[in-house]
Amino acid sequence: MTMKQTAPEQSKTYQEVVAFRVADQDFCFDLTSVREIRGWTETTILPRAQSYVKGVINLRGSVVPVVDLSERLGLGATEPHPRNVIIITVLENQTVGLLADVVSDILTVSPSDLQPIPDIVDDVVRRFISGVLVIEDRMIRKMDLAEVLPSGQIEAA
Amino acid sequence: MSSGGTEDFRSSFFEECEELLESMHDGFDLLADGAQDNETMNAIFRAVHSIKGGAGAFGFTDLVTFAHQFETALDHVRSGKCEADEDLLDLFRHCGDHLSDLVAAARSDDEAPPRGDELLDRLGEATGTGGAADDEVPPDFEPVTLDIGLDAAEEAVYTIRFAADPGLFASGNEPLVLFRALAGLGRLELEADLSAVPPLAGLDPTDCRMEWTATLFTVASEGEIREVFEFVEGLCRLEIDTPVTAEALPEIAPSEGLPSLSDLLGSAGDGETATAEPASTDPAAARAEPAAARPEANAPRPGGTIRVDLEKIDKLINLVGELVIKEAMLSQSIAELPGHTESDLSAALESLKQLAGEIQEGVMAVRAQPVKPMFQRMARIVREAGTATGKRVKLVTNGEFTEVDKTVIERLVDPLTHMIRNAIDHGLEPGDRREAAGKPREGTVTISAAHRSGRVMIDVADDGGGINREKVRALAIERGLISAADALSATEIDNLLFLPGFSSKDEVSELSGRGVGLDVVRSEIQTLGGRVSIHSEPGEGTVFSISLPLTLAVLEGMVIRVANQTMVVPISAIHETLQPRSAAIHAIGAGGWVLKNRSGLVPVIDLGHFFGFRSPVTEIDSHVLLLIESDASQYYALIVDDIQEQRQVVIKSLETNYQQVQGVAAATILGDGRIALIIDPDNITRGSVGLGGAHSSIQMAV
Repeated sequence: MTMKQTAPEQSKTYQEVVAFRVADQDFCFDLTSVREIRGWTETTILPRAQSYVKGVINLRGSVVPVVDLSERLGLGATEPHPRNVIIITVLENQTVGLLADVVSDILTVSPSDLQPIPDIVDDVVRRFISGVLVIEDRMIRKMDLAEVLPSGQIEAA
Repeated sequence: MSSGGTEDFRSSFFEECEELLESMHDGFDLLADGAQDNETMNAIFRAVHSIKGGAGAFGFTDLVTFAHQFETALDHVRSGKCEADEDLLDLFRHCGDHLSDLVAAARSDDEAPPRGDELLDRLGEATGTGGAADDEVPPDFEPVTLDIGLDAAEEAVYTIRFAADPGLFASGNEPLVLFRALAGLGRLELEADLSAVPPLAGLDPTDCRMEWTATLFTVASEGEIREVFEFVEGLCRLEIDTPVTAEALPEIAPSEGLPSLSDLLGSAGDGETATAEPASTDPAAARAEPAAARPEANAPRPGGTIRVDLEKIDKLINLVGELVIKEAMLSQSIAELPGHTESDLSAALESLKQLAGEIQEGVMAVRAQPVKPMFQRMARIVREAGTATGKRVKLVTNGEFTEVDKTVIERLVDPLTHMIRNAIDHGLEPGDRREAAGKPREGTVTISAAHRSGRVMIDVADDGGGINREKVRALAIERGLISAADALSATEIDNLLFLPGFSSKDEVSELSGRGVGLDVVRSEIQTLGGRVSIHSEPGEGTVFSISLPLTLAVLEGMVIRVANQTMVVPISAIHETLQPRSAAIHAIGAGGWVLKNRSGLVPVIDLGHFFGFRSPVTEIDSHVLLLIESDASQYYALIVDDIQEQRQVVIKSLETNYQQVQGVAAATILGDGRIALIIDPDNITRGSVGLGGAHSSIQMAV
């Protein structure tokens, strides 16, 4: 395990991230990509969609697809529950909802908190995770949003 | 000024050009219909003049040069120096087309098409205004009228009485500027009549009550004096007394050809103008003119229209769509309230519903535009196609004020162009054959637009020989589209024209046979939610009818349920609904059916299975069948579970945030706030054909 140690004074640009849980694991991504967080609402199923696309919801008149993060990360499909949340994100003008178990925190982190992914982790995880944050005794995986979105890569079923 | 500001001016100049070009073409149409009044000619002249002025300010040299020559020729006709006969009018139209091209070229920073010089030569010949060759336009052109009467000799005295209407100031005009321009024409004595001006306490500074009497000693013609007041026409009372000199000046026409800059500055004449007074060519006149010309841009247009950014309207349409949905949600929740009774609440809700509906209609109407500008573009296509094929063609338009959604209009241009070229190239017979058949040599192409039961109908008709069905049939057999044994009805043969790979001319002609067939026209119209049909009478002609939805924002749909999903099927695609029990359904294999109807065997597709919502249904009687017409010759029946209602739905894009889904055209939001998918009937046929092949990678299991 390699550790890239950066001197604290070199990284003064702090960053806010939103932390959430998916299948009992902690994840986070940049807060600036988040537009809002809403409770689970029934989706309209999209025919012939990838298994991780839960369908579409009406977000004040826009048609927004919802991605089941757990299924997307290969952690099994989520059985939606009213207590689940949909994190509405905007990336390159595309609005997408991400289904997570619960949102836990909004954290301020410095780039030096971010550590590379250990080598032993398999490729699927590597694709979606750009690094890990170790905060106190928690380990939070930083998600690469662009990879998670459905338009990123369309896989054959 | 920032470059963004200039860009704004630039784009508003081009928008204005569009309008000016439209009124120019209008004028030509009026002239062609026999209008001989001066007002029509003036309107054309003003349009060209304004384009020239604006173009000068932005430095579009080509445009200025051409517009100037064109304007000069128009002025000759206006001043009665030459007769506007049919040939000249035709030439004017070509010049008008070229002017449009130049504007378009300036807009896109493209090279202008090269036929300008040839047109100018012809213009010069026809009107005696000198060709393109002897022209020299100052490179840095100011919006200046150069028609200064250099060939005037005698000085005359005019008495000009001028009184402003209340609207003069409001339109940004200023009498002082006009007088300065007058002063530029000669020596000016000015007297103001203040008798009508109220005392200070009652004075309205926006209302001009002063009247002026000007005495002008000038060599300029009355026409030139009137030109000074050109842009306040209709905003003032203007009287110009004929010259008081004993030797009344004849009407002075603008100088032959375009004077060069040195002419303008009075340092040299062109022979006849040796006696030109410096005063008449005073650059002040030239400087005053643009000042007088500019307010025209601010002048209220007849009918008081405003230009609105399309985005703003679309946003409004979205919001109103939301309002309608919210209203439906509210009704639903109120209806579900415990102990709900007829009350004031329902009455209020009902009127809210009505209001929301009216607002929606009103906003939709804002996007609607008359088809007239598009028809005008078609007039040009007709002229060009006529020239290319050597046929004389007349265009008749009907219902040009029929309003259609702007987007629909824009996307109709290409298919219509193609259909008109087609009508002229293939539809109309050559002149000799027409005469032999007892028809006038000149062929007629008619485009008409009308509203009919919530849709827009656009017809393109020619009075040609009709479709040669024998030949079409033979060609279709030759191309392998049908077999020689097929017995086809007349309509079916006509519809062969729409098949991909069909081109009815033996040799591909240069005009309409560019490898793009009527099949492309049809598919373009279908993407607009429209359909096109064909009707032909041998010897009488052919009519192509396009039927279109009024707008692309709203769709009339049938709300259905299938496999617990709510979906919407466009009404336009539904031919009829059937109860399987009473329909002639025949099982083929396990879980496969065909429907037998008048036109033959129709495949039956389970919509739920097609979308992968369920495995194929095993019994059909508890379901409902929708007979879908995807193409004029293609039918299929869709199995759905239940029909809920027929209603208008607001179309929402699925691709903005997601991607295209096969068999789904768009989405909409229903009364309960949930999203329903709108199916794309054309894609479902295609998709079902490819099942197991191209789409085998898609999981179909539930």
